[in-house]
Amino acid sequence: MKQIAIVSGKGGTGKTTLSGSLSFLFENHVMADCDVDAPNLHLLMEPKLLEKHEYFGGKKAEIGNSCTSCGACMDVCRFSAIIPGTTYKIDPYACEGCNACVLICPEGAITLKESKSGDYFLSKSGDLPLSHALLFPGEETSGGLIAEVRKLALKVAEQKNRKYVVIDGAPGIGCAASSSITGVNYVVIVAEPTISGMHDLQRIVETTRYFRRNFGIVINKFDLNEVKTDEIICWCEKEGIEVLGKIPFDPEVRNSAIKAEPVVKNEKSPATRAIREIFQRLMEIV
Amino acid sequence: MKIAVVSGKGGTGKTTVATNLAWVLSQKGPVQLLDADVEEPNSHLFFHVKYTEEIDVEILLPRVDKEKCLLCGKCAKACQFGAISIFNTGVLIFDNLCHGCGTCSIACPTKAIYEISKQIGVVKIGQIDEKLTFGMGLLNIGEPSGVRVIRELKKFIDNSRTVIIDAPPGTSCPVVETLRGMDYAIMVTEATPFGLHDLKLAASVVKEMNIPMGIVINRASEDYKEIEEFAFSNDIPILEKIPFDRDIATSYSKGSLFVEEKKEWFERFERLYEKIAGVIV
Ligand code: SF4
Ligand code: SF4
Ligand code: SF4
Ligand code: SF4
Repeated sequence: MKQIAIVSGKGGTGKTTLSGSLSFLFENHVMADCDVDAPNLHLLMEPKLLEKHEYFGGKKAEIGNSCTSCGACMDVCRFSAIIPGTTYKIDPYACEGCNACVLICPEGAITLKESKSGDYFLSKSGDLPLSHALLFPGEETSGGLIAEVRKLALKVAEQKNRKYVVIDGAPGIGCAASSSITGVNYVVIVAEPTISGMHDLQRIVETTRYFRRNFGIVINKFDLNEVKTDEIICWCEKEGIEVLGKIPFDPEVRNSAIKAEPVVKNEKSPATRAIREIFQRLMEIV
Repeated sequence: MKIAVVSGKGGTGKTTVATNLAWVLSQKGPVQLLDADVEEPNSHLFFHVKYTEEIDVEILLPRVDKEKCLLCGKCAKACQFGAISIFNTGVLIFDNLCHGCGTCSIACPTKAIYEISKQIGVVKIGQIDEKLTFGMGLLNIGEPSGVRVIRELKKFIDNSRTVIIDAPPGTSCPVVETLRGMDYAIMVTEATPFGLHDLKLAASVVKEMNIPMGIVINRASEDYKEIEEFAFSNDIPILEKIPFDRDIATSYSKGSLFVEEKKEWFERFERLYEKIAGVIV
């Protein structure tokens, strides 16, 4: 079984457009939406919910009634999570559940409690299984939840003997993005030809290399700024990175998005042709 | 006044709004633009920034003094992040799992643990021109969380100026850290079902934090009215609609501000600000 992740240095580069369309072209696969902060893939697939699991991401401290306001906890908390007062309180958004305050409190007034930080799901769109999740707003970075989504996708792929797991990765370069690419066979990086796109691309390439994954690049909306596109291509050549393809700026992509459909459903769109070629190349590689 | 520019996901035009708004307001009075999107800061690309200060953001990592260590395992037991393992040869610390919380030091009965600092990012402070000062945070590659970099950046908030903060995308911890203490949130979204979905998530965070908000619809389209319906039924004002325009996309791609190229938009951003100022006082 092969795992392929589609990522980008930041959101909105067309990552979900591409993964939604690739999902439509792939056969014998399972999809995993690892963008748990802003999951969008299920909007494209109108899936039917099969399973729901709760995700307990960590613990949070709670201060009980025996607090004497001595302030010892505040001195040790390195996350500014303790709010002083007549009885001290914890800011649950800031607390990382590190346990330092629990150990230090002379009154034993603090306890760590498990906290639920999201849900993850298994759904089905036609014959295609999709694992996805939703992190509760304001919860801590989502690496652990992404790991659960990927585990679930892998399990289903094994059960059903599917050949591929296609991952819509989390944007950025932090823990969410890292969790989306660790251990995958191939990473498709979506870039856009903008001044910031180049900057974001370099950061995600560095991240991908840090995890020693094989990868290639897709340039989305390449004709919006051909000078920048050339710059990206030159940079890739210099770095020995394969450019898997270029997708043109195509109003059809947007129209499909409004209808919540993958753009490749529209055979006449120029973007569709480009995505099909990228898919071909991807199949040769993996 | 402190305004955060937020979006449920990246690429909706958050940076476009933050940079253009900061520029427009700085033509009238002192403004500070801060980029808290520490995983992918982009705002600086639209300006020539003269940096005056660069501050390392560090966390403390534990190290074990073998002489004093009894291999008792109390540190590993106390660590909530699985960052310590005990072997008969010694204590092993996994730096990339460590949150730098110091709990293991508290737990160690023999004070065998000391700490060393490790840089996880930087905060850069500078000036674009007299009216517009600038700051940004940058998280190092491979680091899990940008919250501390954001906290460090926010120490440089200049209350004598109108502050515009380009927030990180999404709805998790770093966004909450950015929003803390803000007077207003501009929610930037695009007119698609994805935009709406992510907007709802982001709006729930802002609402819970009791921060007044308004919506800017980017790449607005007559074909998709659902954002406006959502805004109406939740009593959130629509501050502006920026149409789907290839010229605007091209100016962004070149790293220029479209308010400079399209005068009409300069005034529209001024009006956008007046709408916000009217709410806060
Ligand atoms: S250490 Fe315990 S008693 Fe002291 S302020 Fe904190 S919770 Fe209260
Ligand atoms: S558990 Fe850690 S982060 Fe949470 S309040 Fe206690 S010391 Fe602070
Ligand atoms: S500092 Fe905290 S996270 Fe790091 S090893 Fe010690 S207890 Fe674990
Ligand atoms: S708690 Fe202290 S003495 Fe015990 S294993 Fe850890 S470092 Fe060694």
